Amino acid sequence: MDVLLQQLVNGLILGSLYALVALGYTMVYGILELINFAHGEIVMLGALVSVTVLGVLVAAGVPVPLALLLALAAAVLVCMATGVLVERIAYRPLRNAPRLAPLITAIGVSIVLQNLAMILWGRQYLSFPPVLAPQVYAWHGASVSNVQLLIVAVAALTMGTLLLLVQRTRLGRAMRATAQNREVAGLMGVDVNRVIAATFAVGSALAAVAGLLIASYYGIAHYNMGFLLGLKAFSAAVLGGIGNIPGALLGGLLLGVIESLGAGYIGDLTGGFLGSHYQDIFAFFILILVLIFRPSGLLGERVADRA
Amino acid sequence: MSLIEVEGLAVHYGGIRAVKGIDLRVEEGEVVCLIGANGAGKTSSMRALAGLLPAAAGTIRYAGTDITALPVHLRARRGISMVPEGRGVFPRLTVAENLRMGAYFRTDSAGIAADLERVYGLFPRLRERRAQTGGTLSGGEQQMLAIARALMSRPRLLLLDEPSMGLAPLAVQTIFETIRLIAAQGMTLLLIEQNARLALESSSRGYVLEGGRIVHQDDSTALLASPKVRAAYLGA
Ligand SMILES: Nc1ncnc2c1ncn2[C@@H]1O[C@H](COP(=O)(O)OP(=O)(O)OP(=O)(O)O)[C@@H](O)[C@H]1O
Ligand SMILES: [Mg+2]
Repeated sequence: MDVLLQQLVNGLILGSLYALVALGYTMVYGILELINFAHGEIVMLGALVSVTVLGVLVAAGVPVPLALLLALAAAVLVCMATGVLVERIAYRPLRNAPRLAPLITAIGVSIVLQNLAMILWGRQYLSFPPVLAPQVYAWHGASVSNVQLLIVAVAALTMGTLLLLVQRTRLGRAMRATAQNREVAGLMGVDVNRVIAATFAVGSALAAVAGLLIASYYGIAHYNMGFLLGLKAFSAAVLGGIGNIPGALLGGLLLGVIESLGAGYIGDLTGGFLGSHYQDIFAFFILILVLIFRPSGLLGERVADRA
Repeated sequence: MSLIEVEGLAVHYGGIRAVKGIDLRVEEGEVVCLIGANGAGKTSSMRALAGLLPAAAGTIRYAGTDITALPVHLRARRGISMVPEGRGVFPRLTVAENLRMGAYFRTDSAGIAADLERVYGLFPRLRERRAQTGGTLSGGEQQMLAIARALMSRPRLLLLDEPSMGLAPLAVQTIFETIRLIAAQGMTLLLIEQNARLALESSSRGYVLEGGRIVHQDDSTALLASPKVRAAYLGA
Protein backbone atom coordinates (compact mmCIF):
# COMPACT_ATOMS: atom_id res chain seq x y z
CA MET A 1 0.00 0.00 0.00
CA ASP A 2 1.20 3.47 -0.84
CA VAL A 3 1.48 5.16 2.53
CA LEU A 4 1.94 8.68 1.19
CA LEU A 5 -1.11 8.57 -1.07
CA GLN A 6 -3.18 6.89 1.59
CA GLN A 7 -2.29 9.49 4.18
CA LEU A 8 -3.05 12.27 1.69
CA VAL A 9 -6.48 10.81 1.02
CA ASN A 10 -7.16 10.39 4.74
CA GLY A 11 -5.91 13.90 5.37
CA LEU A 12 -8.20 15.46 2.80
CA ILE A 13 -11.22 13.66 4.23
CA LEU A 14 -10.39 14.70 7.77
CA GLY A 15 -9.47 18.16 6.52
CA SER A 16 -12.84 18.69 4.88
CA LEU A 17 -14.39 18.11 8.30
CA TYR A 18 -12.03 20.53 10.00
CA ALA A 19 -12.82 23.07 7.29
CA LEU A 20 -16.57 22.83 7.94
CA VAL A 21 -16.00 23.57 11.60
CA ALA A 22 -13.34 26.21 10.95
CA LEU A 23 -15.83 28.13 8.81
CA GLY A 24 -18.04 28.66 11.84
CA TYR A 25 -15.15 30.11 13.84
CA THR A 26 -14.05 32.34 11.03
CA MET A 27 -17.51 33.70 10.19
CA VAL A 28 -18.22 34.70 13.77
CA TYR A 29 -14.75 36.15 14.17
CA GLY A 30 -15.14 38.08 10.92
CA ILE A 31 -18.29 39.78 12.08
CA LEU A 32 -17.71 40.20 15.84
CA GLU A 33 -13.96 39.72 16.31
CA LEU A 34 -15.01 37.13 18.86
CA ILE A 35 -13.43 33.72 19.22
CA ASN A 36 -16.53 31.66 19.83
CA PHE A 37 -14.98 28.92 21.94
CA ALA A 38 -18.40 27.30 22.28
CA HIS A 39 -18.47 26.42 18.58
CA GLY A 40 -16.84 23.02 19.14
CA GLU A 41 -19.65 22.23 21.56
CA ILE A 42 -22.21 23.03 18.87
CA VAL A 43 -20.52 20.39 16.69
CA MET A 44 -20.74 17.97 19.61
CA LEU A 45 -24.47 18.69 19.95
CA GLY A 46 -24.91 18.09 16.24
CA ALA A 47 -23.17 14.74 16.57
CA LEU A 48 -25.16 13.60 19.61
CA VAL A 49 -28.51 14.73 18.24
CA SER A 50 -27.96 13.14 14.85
CA VAL A 51 -26.70 9.85 16.30
CA THR A 52 -29.66 9.70 18.68
CA VAL A 53 -32.30 10.57 16.09
CA LEU A 54 -30.76 8.25 13.53
CA GLY A 55 -30.73 5.38 16.03
CA VAL A 56 -34.39 5.88 16.93
CA LEU A 57 -35.52 6.19 13.31
CA VAL A 58 -33.55 3.22 12.05
CA ALA A 59 -34.85 1.10 14.92
CA ALA A 60 -38.37 2.18 13.97
CA GLY A 61 -37.80 0.91 10.45
CA VAL A 62 -37.50 4.23 8.65
CA PRO A 63 -35.55 3.79 5.39
CA VAL A 64 -31.89 4.74 5.82
CA PRO A 65 -31.66 7.68 3.39
CA LEU A 66 -34.75 9.28 4.91
CA ALA A 67 -33.52 8.59 8.43
CA LEU A 68 -30.18 10.22 7.61
CA LEU A 69 -31.88 13.30 6.20
CA LEU A 70 -34.20 13.61 9.21
CA ALA A 71 -31.30 13.14 11.63
CA LEU A 72 -29.42 15.88 9.79
CA ALA A 73 -32.45 18.16 9.86
CA ALA A 74 -32.88 17.60 13.60
CA ALA A 75 -29.21 18.33 14.24
CA VAL A 76 -29.33 21.47 12.11
CA LEU A 77 -32.40 22.75 13.95
CA VAL A 78 -31.00 22.07 17.43
CA CYS A 79 -27.60 23.56 16.57
CA MET A 80 -29.03 26.67 14.93
CA ALA A 81 -31.34 27.29 17.85
CA THR A 82 -28.52 26.80 20.34
CA GLY A 83 -26.11 29.02 18.41
CA VAL A 84 -28.62 31.84 18.07
CA LEU A 85 -29.65 31.54 21.71
CA VAL A 86 -26.04 31.64 22.90
CA GLU A 87 -25.42 34.79 20.86
CA ARG A 88 -28.57 36.42 22.17
CA ILE A 89 -28.14 35.74 25.87
CA ALA A 90 -24.38 35.41 26.32
CA TYR A 91 -22.63 37.54 23.67
CA ARG A 92 -24.98 40.34 22.66
CA PRO A 93 -25.12 41.96 26.12
CA LEU A 94 -21.31 42.11 25.99
CA ARG A 95 -21.10 43.52 22.46
CA ASN A 96 -19.45 46.73 23.63
CA ALA A 97 -17.60 45.32 26.61
CA PRO A 98 -13.80 44.94 26.67
CA ARG A 99 -12.82 42.01 24.48
CA LEU A 100 -11.76 39.76 27.33
CA ALA A 101 -15.32 39.61 28.70
CA PRO A 102 -16.98 37.87 25.73
CA LEU A 103 -13.96 35.60 25.37
CA ILE A 104 -14.26 34.34 28.93
CA THR A 105 -18.01 34.10 28.48
CA ALA A 106 -17.45 31.91 25.42
CA ILE A 107 -15.34 29.53 27.49
CA GLY A 108 -18.10 29.53 30.11
CA VAL A 109 -20.74 28.75 27.48
CA SER A 110 -18.59 25.91 26.24
CA ILE A 111 -18.44 24.37 29.72
CA VAL A 112 -22.18 24.82 30.24
CA LEU A 113 -23.00 23.11 26.92
CA GLN A 114 -20.64 20.25 27.68
CA ASN A 115 -22.21 19.65 31.06
CA LEU A 116 -25.68 19.92 29.63
CA ALA A 117 -24.81 17.27 27.06
CA MET A 118 -23.33 15.07 29.77
CA ILE A 119 -26.56 15.30 31.79
CA LEU A 120 -28.72 14.58 28.73
CA TRP A 121 -26.66 11.83 27.09
CA GLY A 122 -24.46 10.55 29.90
CA ARG A 123 -20.74 9.88 29.84
CA GLN A 124 -20.77 6.86 27.58
CA TYR A 125 -19.74 6.84 23.95
CA LEU A 126 -22.70 6.61 21.58
CA SER A 127 -21.96 4.63 18.50
CA PHE A 128 -23.07 5.73 15.08
CA PRO A 129 -25.67 3.23 13.80
CA PRO A 130 -24.11 1.02 11.09
CA VAL A 131 -26.52 2.22 8.42
CA LEU A 132 -24.28 1.95 5.39
CA ALA A 133 -22.78 -1.38 4.41
CA PRO A 134 -19.09 -0.50 4.27
CA GLN A 135 -17.53 -0.90 0.90
CA VAL A 136 -13.88 -0.17 0.19
CA TYR A 137 -12.49 0.94 -3.14
CA ALA A 138 -8.83 0.64 -4.03
CA TRP A 139 -7.26 3.45 -5.99
CA HIS A 140 -3.56 3.49 -6.96
CA GLY A 141 -2.68 1.53 -3.86
CA ALA A 142 -4.72 3.70 -1.55
CA SER A 143 -8.12 2.69 -0.26
CA VAL A 144 -11.17 4.77 0.39
CA SER A 145 -14.61 3.70 1.61
CA ASN A 146 -18.05 4.64 0.40
CA VAL A 147 -18.73 6.33 3.75
CA GLN A 148 -15.62 8.45 3.36
CA LEU A 149 -16.61 9.45 -0.15
CA LEU A 150 -20.06 10.40 1.07
CA ILE A 151 -18.52 12.48 3.86
CA VAL A 152 -16.35 14.41 1.43
CA ALA A 153 -19.25 14.91 -0.97
CA VAL A 154 -21.56 16.25 1.73
CA ALA A 155 -18.84 18.50 3.17
CA ALA A 156 -18.01 19.89 -0.29
CA LEU A 157 -21.66 20.47 -1.11
CA THR A 158 -22.23 22.26 2.19
CA MET A 159 -19.20 24.49 1.75
CA GLY A 160 -20.17 25.27 -1.84
CA THR A 161 -23.61 26.32 -0.66
CA LEU A 162 -22.06 28.52 2.00
CA LEU A 163 -19.82 30.24 -0.52
CA LEU A 164 -22.80 30.93 -2.77
CA LEU A 165 -24.73 32.30 0.19
CA VAL A 166 -21.93 34.63 1.24
CA GLN A 167 -20.91 35.78 -2.24
CA ARG A 168 -24.16 35.88 -4.14
CA THR A 169 -27.10 36.60 -1.85
CA ARG A 170 -28.42 39.74 -0.21
CA LEU A 171 -27.91 38.22 3.24
CA GLY A 172 -24.34 37.31 2.32
CA ARG A 173 -23.63 40.82 1.16
CA ALA A 174 -25.09 42.18 4.38
CA MET A 175 -22.90 39.78 6.36
CA ARG A 176 -19.77 40.93 4.56
CA ALA A 177 -20.74 44.58 4.89
CA THR A 178 -21.46 44.19 8.60
CA ALA A 179 -18.12 42.44 9.10
CA GLN A 180 -16.30 45.28 7.33
CA ASN A 181 -18.06 48.21 8.95
CA ARG A 182 -20.91 47.54 11.34
CA GLU A 183 -21.89 51.19 11.78
CA VAL A 184 -22.11 51.91 8.09
CA ALA A 185 -24.05 48.70 7.53
CA GLY A 186 -26.61 50.12 9.96
CA LEU A 187 -26.67 53.34 7.94
CA MET A 188 -27.53 51.24 4.89
CA GLY A 189 -30.64 49.97 6.67
CA VAL A 190 -29.14 46.64 7.71
CA ASP A 191 -30.54 45.30 10.98
CA VAL A 192 -27.12 44.43 12.32
CA ASN A 193 -28.45 42.32 15.19
CA ARG A 194 -30.37 40.12 12.79
CA VAL A 195 -27.38 39.72 10.50
CA ILE A 196 -25.20 38.71 13.44
CA ALA A 197 -27.86 36.24 14.59
CA ALA A 198 -28.02 34.88 11.04
CA THR A 199 -24.25 34.44 11.04
CA PHE A 200 -24.47 32.34 14.19
CA ALA A 201 -27.34 30.38 12.66
CA VAL A 202 -25.40 29.62 9.48
CA GLY A 203 -22.19 28.76 11.35
CA SER A 204 -24.17 26.46 13.63
CA ALA A 205 -25.85 24.75 10.68
CA LEU A 206 -22.39 23.99 9.29
CA ALA A 207 -21.44 22.67 12.73
CA ALA A 208 -24.49 20.38 12.69
CA VAL A 209 -23.49 18.93 9.33
CA ALA A 210 -19.95 18.53 10.62
CA GLY A 211 -21.23 16.85 13.77
CA LEU A 212 -23.09 14.20 11.84
CA LEU A 213 -20.19 13.62 9.46
CA ILE A 214 -17.61 13.44 12.23
CA ALA A 215 -19.75 10.97 14.18
CA SER A 216 -20.00 8.78 11.09
CA TYR A 217 -16.27 9.19 10.37
CA TYR A 218 -15.14 8.05 13.81
CA GLY A 219 -18.22 5.88 14.38
CA ILE A 220 -18.84 7.45 17.79
CA ALA A 221 -20.13 10.57 19.50
CA HIS A 222 -19.42 11.73 23.01
CA TYR A 223 -20.23 14.77 25.18
CA ASN A 224 -16.55 15.61 25.36
CA MET A 225 -15.73 15.42 21.64
CA GLY A 226 -16.16 19.14 20.97
CA PHE A 227 -13.17 20.34 22.91
CA LEU A 228 -10.15 19.05 21.00
CA LEU A 229 -12.06 19.19 17.75
CA GLY A 230 -12.96 22.82 18.35
CA LEU A 231 -9.39 23.64 19.23
CA LYS A 232 -8.12 22.04 16.03
CA ALA A 233 -10.73 23.68 13.83
CA PHE A 234 -9.97 27.00 15.44
CA SER A 235 -6.29 26.39 14.70
CA ALA A 236 -7.23 25.63 11.11
CA ALA A 237 -9.10 28.93 10.90
CA VAL A 238 -6.10 30.79 12.31
CA LEU A 239 -3.77 28.89 9.98
CA GLY A 240 -5.78 30.08 6.97
CA GLY A 241 -6.23 33.60 8.34
CA ILE A 242 -9.06 34.04 10.82
CA GLY A 243 -12.02 35.96 9.46
CA ASN A 244 -11.21 34.81 5.93
CA ILE A 245 -13.59 32.23 4.44
CA PRO A 246 -11.32 30.71 1.76
CA GLY A 247 -8.67 30.72 4.49
CA ALA A 248 -10.80 28.46 6.68
CA LEU A 249 -11.19 26.01 3.79
CA LEU A 250 -7.48 25.99 3.07
CA GLY A 251 -6.53 25.86 6.74
CA GLY A 252 -8.88 22.95 7.39
CA LEU A 253 -7.63 20.88 4.47
CA LEU A 254 -4.00 21.63 5.28
CA LEU A 255 -4.41 20.75 8.91
CA GLY A 256 -6.07 17.46 7.98
CA VAL A 257 -3.25 16.56 5.59
CA ILE A 258 -0.51 17.63 8.00
CA GLU A 259 -2.05 15.63 10.76
CA SER A 260 -2.44 12.52 8.60
CA LEU A 261 1.07 12.73 7.23
CA GLY A 262 2.31 13.33 10.74
CA ALA A 263 0.50 10.27 12.00
CA GLY A 264 1.87 8.20 9.12
CA TYR A 265 5.49 9.25 9.48
CA ILE A 266 6.00 10.40 13.05
CA GLY A 267 7.26 6.94 14.05
CA ASP A 268 9.88 6.92 11.29
CA LEU A 269 10.84 10.53 11.90
CA THR A 270 11.51 9.99 15.59
CA GLY A 271 13.01 6.52 15.26
CA GLY A 272 9.96 5.03 16.93
CA PHE A 273 10.23 7.34 19.91
CA LEU A 274 6.81 8.89 19.22
CA GLY A 275 3.87 6.84 17.98
CA SER A 276 1.02 7.91 15.70
CA HIS A 277 -1.10 8.91 18.69
CA TYR A 278 1.17 11.95 18.90
CA GLN A 279 -0.42 13.29 15.72
CA ASP A 280 -2.15 16.06 17.64
CA ILE A 281 1.09 17.79 18.48
CA PHE A 282 1.75 18.19 14.75
CA ALA A 283 -1.27 20.35 14.24
CA PHE A 284 -0.30 22.74 16.97
CA PHE A 285 3.38 22.69 16.10
CA ILE A 286 2.59 23.77 12.53
CA LEU A 287 0.19 26.37 13.83
CA ILE A 288 2.90 27.91 16.00
CA LEU A 289 5.35 27.91 13.09
CA VAL A 290 2.90 29.63 10.75
CA LEU A 291 2.01 32.22 13.34
CA ILE A 292 5.66 33.03 13.91
CA PHE A 293 6.27 33.70 10.22
CA ARG A 294 2.80 34.86 9.15
CA PRO A 295 0.94 36.18 12.19
CA SER A 296 -2.18 36.91 10.14
CA GLY A 297 -2.37 33.36 8.72
CA LEU A 298 -1.87 32.12 5.19
CA LEU A 299 -4.62 34.11 3.48
CA GLY A 300 -5.24 36.68 6.20
CA GLU A 301 -4.79 40.33 5.50
CA ARG A 302 -2.49 42.43 7.54
CA VAL A 303 -4.42 43.62 10.55
CA ALA A 304 -3.99 47.23 9.48
CA ASP A 305 -6.10 46.52 6.39
CA ARG A 306 -9.12 45.70 8.45
CA ALA A 307 -11.65 48.53 8.26
CA MET B 1 -43.57 71.46 8.75
CA SER B 2 -39.85 70.92 8.69
CA LEU B 3 -38.49 67.65 7.35
CA ILE B 4 -36.31 67.33 10.41
CA GLU B 5 -36.56 69.33 13.60
CA VAL B 6 -34.28 68.98 16.59
CA GLU B 7 -35.02 70.45 20.01
CA GLY B 8 -32.62 70.58 22.94
CA LEU B 9 -30.44 67.79 21.55
CA ALA B 10 -27.59 66.77 23.84
CA VAL B 11 -24.93 64.13 23.11
CA HIS B 12 -22.63 62.75 25.78
CA TYR B 13 -19.65 60.40 25.70
CA GLY B 14 -19.58 59.13 29.26
CA GLY B 15 -18.84 62.26 31.22
CA ILE B 16 -17.90 64.32 28.16
CA ARG B 17 -20.71 66.60 27.03
CA ALA B 18 -20.06 67.06 23.31
CA VAL B 19 -23.41 68.63 22.34
CA LYS B 20 -25.16 70.71 24.96
CA GLY B 21 -28.73 71.19 23.82
CA ILE B 22 -29.08 72.44 20.27
CA ASP B 23 -32.16 73.41 18.25
CA LEU B 24 -31.99 72.90 14.53
CA ARG B 25 -34.32 72.31 11.62
CA VAL B 26 -34.11 71.59 7.92
CA GLU B 27 -37.02 72.26 5.59
CA GLU B 28 -37.90 69.98 2.70
CA GLY B 29 -35.70 70.85 -0.29
CA GLU B 30 -33.36 73.05 1.73
CA VAL B 31 -29.57 72.91 1.92
CA VAL B 32 -28.35 73.72 5.41
CA CYS B 33 -24.78 73.72 6.65
CA LEU B 34 -23.27 73.18 10.06
CA ILE B 35 -19.90 74.82 10.56
CA GLY B 36 -17.56 75.14 13.48
CA ALA B 37 -14.04 74.51 14.70
CA ASN B 38 -12.57 71.08 15.38
CA GLY B 39 -14.32 69.45 18.30
CA ALA B 40 -17.28 71.84 18.19
CA GLY B 41 -19.69 68.89 18.13
CA LYS B 42 -20.71 68.82 14.45
CA THR B 43 -20.12 65.11 13.88
CA SER B 44 -21.67 64.20 17.23
CA SER B 45 -24.83 66.12 16.33
CA MET B 46 -25.11 64.51 12.92
CA ARG B 47 -24.50 61.00 14.25
CA ALA B 48 -27.32 61.55 16.73
CA LEU B 49 -29.63 62.57 13.86
CA ALA B 50 -28.75 59.40 11.94
CA GLY B 51 -29.19 57.22 15.02
CA LEU B 52 -25.55 56.22 15.46
CA LEU B 53 -25.42 57.91 18.87
CA PRO B 54 -28.20 58.14 21.45
CA ALA B 55 -29.60 61.53 22.39
CA ALA B 56 -28.80 62.22 26.04
CA ALA B 57 -31.56 64.82 26.00
CA GLY B 58 -33.88 66.46 23.53
CA THR B 59 -36.10 65.27 20.71
CA ILE B 60 -35.65 64.62 17.02
CA ARG B 61 -38.75 64.86 14.87
CA TYR B 62 -38.58 63.69 11.28
CA ALA B 63 -41.39 63.96 8.74
CA GLY B 64 -43.83 64.60 11.54
CA THR B 65 -42.89 61.74 13.87
CA ASP B 66 -40.63 61.49 16.89
CA ILE B 67 -37.67 59.33 15.91
CA THR B 68 -35.49 60.05 18.93
CA ALA B 69 -35.52 56.39 20.02
CA LEU B 70 -35.64 54.79 16.57
CA PRO B 71 -32.65 52.52 15.79
CA VAL B 72 -30.30 53.53 13.00
CA HIS B 73 -31.43 50.98 10.40
CA LEU B 74 -35.06 52.04 10.72
CA ARG B 75 -34.14 55.70 10.29
CA ALA B 76 -32.28 54.72 7.13
CA ARG B 77 -35.34 52.86 5.87
CA ARG B 78 -37.44 55.97 6.44
CA GLY B 79 -35.17 58.01 4.21
CA ILE B 80 -32.37 59.42 6.38
CA SER B 81 -29.08 58.68 4.68
CA MET B 82 -25.69 59.69 6.03
CA VAL B 83 -22.27 59.82 4.45
CA PRO B 84 -20.03 59.55 7.50
CA GLU B 85 -16.81 61.40 8.19
CA GLY B 86 -14.07 59.35 6.53
CA ARG B 87 -16.56 57.97 3.98
CA GLY B 88 -17.10 54.49 5.39
CA VAL B 89 -16.70 52.67 2.09
CA PHE B 90 -16.79 48.87 2.51
CA PRO B 91 -13.15 48.15 1.61
CA ARG B 92 -13.53 44.54 0.47
CA LEU B 93 -16.80 44.91 -1.39
CA THR B 94 -16.61 45.96 -5.02
CA VAL B 95 -17.87 49.35 -6.10
CA ALA B 96 -20.98 47.68 -7.52
CA GLU B 97 -21.55 45.77 -4.27
CA ASN B 98 -21.11 48.94 -2.23
CA LEU B 99 -23.77 50.56 -4.37
CA ARG B 100 -26.10 47.59 -3.96
CA MET B 101 -25.67 47.89 -0.20
CA GLY B 102 -26.98 51.45 -0.54
CA ALA B 103 -30.21 50.00 -1.92
CA TYR B 104 -30.19 47.18 0.64
CA PHE B 105 -33.71 47.62 1.97
CA ARG B 106 -35.33 48.48 -1.37
CA THR B 107 -37.30 45.86 -3.25
CA ASP B 108 -38.14 47.70 -6.49
CA SER B 109 -35.49 46.18 -8.74
CA ALA B 110 -36.45 48.34 -11.73
CA GLY B 111 -36.10 51.48 -9.62
CA ILE B 112 -32.75 50.27 -8.25
CA ALA B 113 -31.45 49.65 -11.77
CA ALA B 114 -32.56 53.13 -12.83
CA ASP B 115 -30.88 54.73 -9.81
CA LEU B 116 -27.71 52.79 -10.51
CA GLU B 117 -27.63 54.30 -13.99
CA ARG B 118 -28.26 57.70 -12.47
CA VAL B 119 -25.36 57.54 -10.01
CA TYR B 120 -23.06 56.13 -12.68
CA GLY B 121 -24.12 59.15 -14.73
CA LEU B 122 -23.25 61.49 -11.87
CA PHE B 123 -19.90 59.76 -11.30
CA PRO B 124 -18.71 58.12 -14.56
CA ARG B 125 -15.50 57.17 -12.76
CA LEU B 126 -17.45 54.73 -10.60
CA ARG B 127 -18.78 52.90 -13.63
CA GLU B 128 -15.21 52.35 -14.83
CA ARG B 129 -14.24 51.07 -11.39
CA ARG B 130 -17.34 49.03 -10.65
CA ALA B 131 -15.52 45.68 -10.38
CA GLN B 132 -12.75 47.08 -8.18
CA THR B 133 -12.93 46.79 -4.38
CA GLY B 134 -13.75 49.92 -2.42
CA GLY B 135 -10.46 49.86 -0.53
CA THR B 136 -8.44 50.24 -3.71
CA LEU B 137 -10.10 53.52 -4.75
CA SER B 138 -8.46 56.91 -4.29
CA GLY B 139 -9.78 59.23 -1.60
CA GLY B 140 -11.79 61.26 -4.08
CA GLU B 141 -13.24 58.15 -5.69
CA GLN B 142 -14.17 56.80 -2.26
CA GLN B 143 -16.02 60.01 -1.51
CA MET B 144 -17.88 59.71 -4.82
CA LEU B 145 -18.74 56.13 -3.96
CA ALA B 146 -19.95 57.07 -0.49
CA ILE B 147 -22.24 59.77 -1.89
CA ALA B 148 -23.46 57.56 -4.73
CA ARG B 149 -24.15 54.75 -2.25
CA ALA B 150 -26.14 57.10 -0.05
CA LEU B 151 -28.19 58.18 -3.08
CA MET B 152 -28.97 54.53 -3.91
CA SER B 153 -31.32 54.45 -0.92
CA ARG B 154 -33.37 57.28 -2.51
CA PRO B 155 -33.10 59.35 0.64
CA ARG B 156 -35.42 62.14 1.68
CA LEU B 157 -32.72 63.67 3.83
CA LEU B 158 -29.04 63.41 2.99
CA LEU B 159 -26.51 64.07 5.75
CA LEU B 160 -22.94 64.76 4.59
CA ASP B 161 -20.12 64.92 7.14
CA GLU B 162 -17.11 66.75 5.69
CA PRO B 163 -17.18 65.52 2.11
CA SER B 164 -14.05 67.56 1.37
CA MET B 165 -11.92 65.97 4.09
CA GLY B 166 -8.49 64.94 2.91
CA LEU B 167 -9.18 65.62 -0.78
CA ALA B 168 -7.08 67.52 -3.29
CA PRO B 169 -8.61 70.83 -4.47
CA LEU B 170 -9.66 69.41 -7.80
CA ALA B 171 -11.47 66.49 -6.16
CA VAL B 172 -13.16 68.89 -3.73
CA GLN B 173 -14.40 70.87 -6.70
CA THR B 174 -15.82 67.78 -8.41
CA ILE B 175 -17.56 66.63 -5.24
CA PHE B 176 -19.11 70.01 -4.56
CA GLU B 177 -20.28 70.42 -8.14
CA THR B 178 -22.15 67.15 -7.71
CA ILE B 179 -23.53 68.17 -4.32
CA ARG B 180 -24.90 71.37 -5.87
CA LEU B 181 -26.37 69.34 -8.72
CA ILE B 182 -28.08 66.96 -6.29
CA ALA B 183 -29.41 69.93 -4.33
CA ALA B 184 -30.68 71.59 -7.50
CA GLN B 185 -32.64 68.41 -8.22
CA GLY B 186 -34.52 68.99 -4.96
CA MET B 187 -32.65 66.88 -2.37
CA THR B 188 -32.82 68.04 1.24
CA LEU B 189 -29.29 68.33 2.56
CA LEU B 190 -27.53 68.90 5.85
CA LEU B 191 -23.85 69.52 5.27
CA ILE B 192 -20.93 69.64 7.70
CA GLU B 193 -17.75 71.31 6.52
CA GLN B 194 -14.44 72.44 7.94
CA ASN B 195 -14.15 74.70 4.92
CA ALA B 196 -16.73 77.26 6.05
CA ARG B 197 -16.61 79.38 2.92
CA LEU B 198 -17.33 76.39 0.69
CA ALA B 199 -20.12 75.26 2.99
CA LEU B 200 -21.79 78.67 3.12
CA GLU B 201 -21.45 79.15 -0.61
CA SER B 202 -23.18 75.81 -1.20
CA SER B 203 -26.09 76.25 1.21
CA SER B 204 -29.00 78.55 1.83
CA ARG B 205 -28.82 78.60 5.64
CA GLY B 206 -26.19 77.81 8.21
CA TYR B 207 -25.63 77.11 11.88
CA VAL B 208 -22.39 77.87 13.65
CA LEU B 209 -21.48 75.46 16.43
CA GLU B 210 -19.05 76.32 19.20
CA GLY B 211 -18.32 74.15 22.22
CA GLY B 212 -21.44 72.07 21.69
CA ARG B 213 -23.80 75.06 21.37
CA ILE B 214 -25.21 76.93 18.40
CA VAL B 215 -23.81 80.44 18.55
CA HIS B 216 -25.03 81.87 15.20
CA GLN B 217 -27.68 80.95 12.71
CA ASP B 218 -28.73 82.83 9.63
CA ASP B 219 -28.99 82.76 5.87
CA SER B 220 -25.69 81.65 4.43
CA THR B 221 -25.19 84.96 2.60
CA ALA B 222 -25.69 86.82 5.90
CA LEU B 223 -23.24 84.51 7.69
CA LEU B 224 -20.71 85.03 4.90
CA ALA B 225 -21.03 88.79 5.46
CA SER B 226 -21.06 88.69 9.26
CA PRO B 227 -17.88 90.20 10.75
CA LYS B 228 -17.87 87.72 13.65
CA VAL B 229 -18.17 84.70 11.38
CA ARG B 230 -15.63 86.15 8.97
CA ALA B 231 -13.14 86.70 11.76
CA ALA B 232 -13.58 83.29 13.37
CA TYR B 233 -14.16 80.95 10.43
CA LEU B 234 -13.34 82.63 7.15
CA GLY B 235 -9.92 84.00 8.08
CA ALA B 236 -10.91 87.52 7.13
N1 LIG C 1 -15.96 58.64 20.87
C1 LIG C 1 -15.73 59.73 21.63
N2 LIG C 1 -15.41 59.60 22.92
C2 LIG C 1 -15.17 60.69 23.69
N3 LIG C 1 -15.24 61.94 23.25
C3 LIG C 1 -15.54 62.13 21.97
C4 LIG C 1 -15.80 61.04 21.09
N4 LIG C 1 -16.08 61.54 19.87
C5 LIG C 1 -16.00 62.90 19.99
N5 LIG C 1 -15.68 63.25 21.24
C6 LIG C 1 -15.51 64.60 21.75
O1 LIG C 1 -16.70 65.32 21.51
C7 LIG C 1 -16.41 66.63 21.07
C8 LIG C 1 -17.09 66.89 19.74
O2 LIG C 1 -16.53 66.03 18.76
P1 LIG C 1 -17.07 65.97 17.28
O3 LIG C 1 -16.41 64.86 16.60
O4 LIG C 1 -18.55 65.99 17.31
O5 LIG C 1 -16.54 67.36 16.72
P2 LIG C 1 -16.53 67.93 15.25
O6 LIG C 1 -17.15 69.28 15.33
O7 LIG C 1 -17.12 66.99 14.29
O8 LIG C 1 -14.98 68.09 14.99
P3 LIG C 1 -14.12 67.90 13.64
O9 LIG C 1 -14.29 69.13 12.85
O10 LIG C 1 -12.72 67.76 14.14
O11 LIG C 1 -14.61 66.70 12.95
C9 LIG C 1 -14.89 66.74 21.01
O12 LIG C 1 -14.45 67.36 22.18
C10 LIG C 1 -14.43 65.31 20.98
O13 LIG C 1 -13.19 65.17 21.62
MG1 LIG D 1 -16.35 65.94 12.67
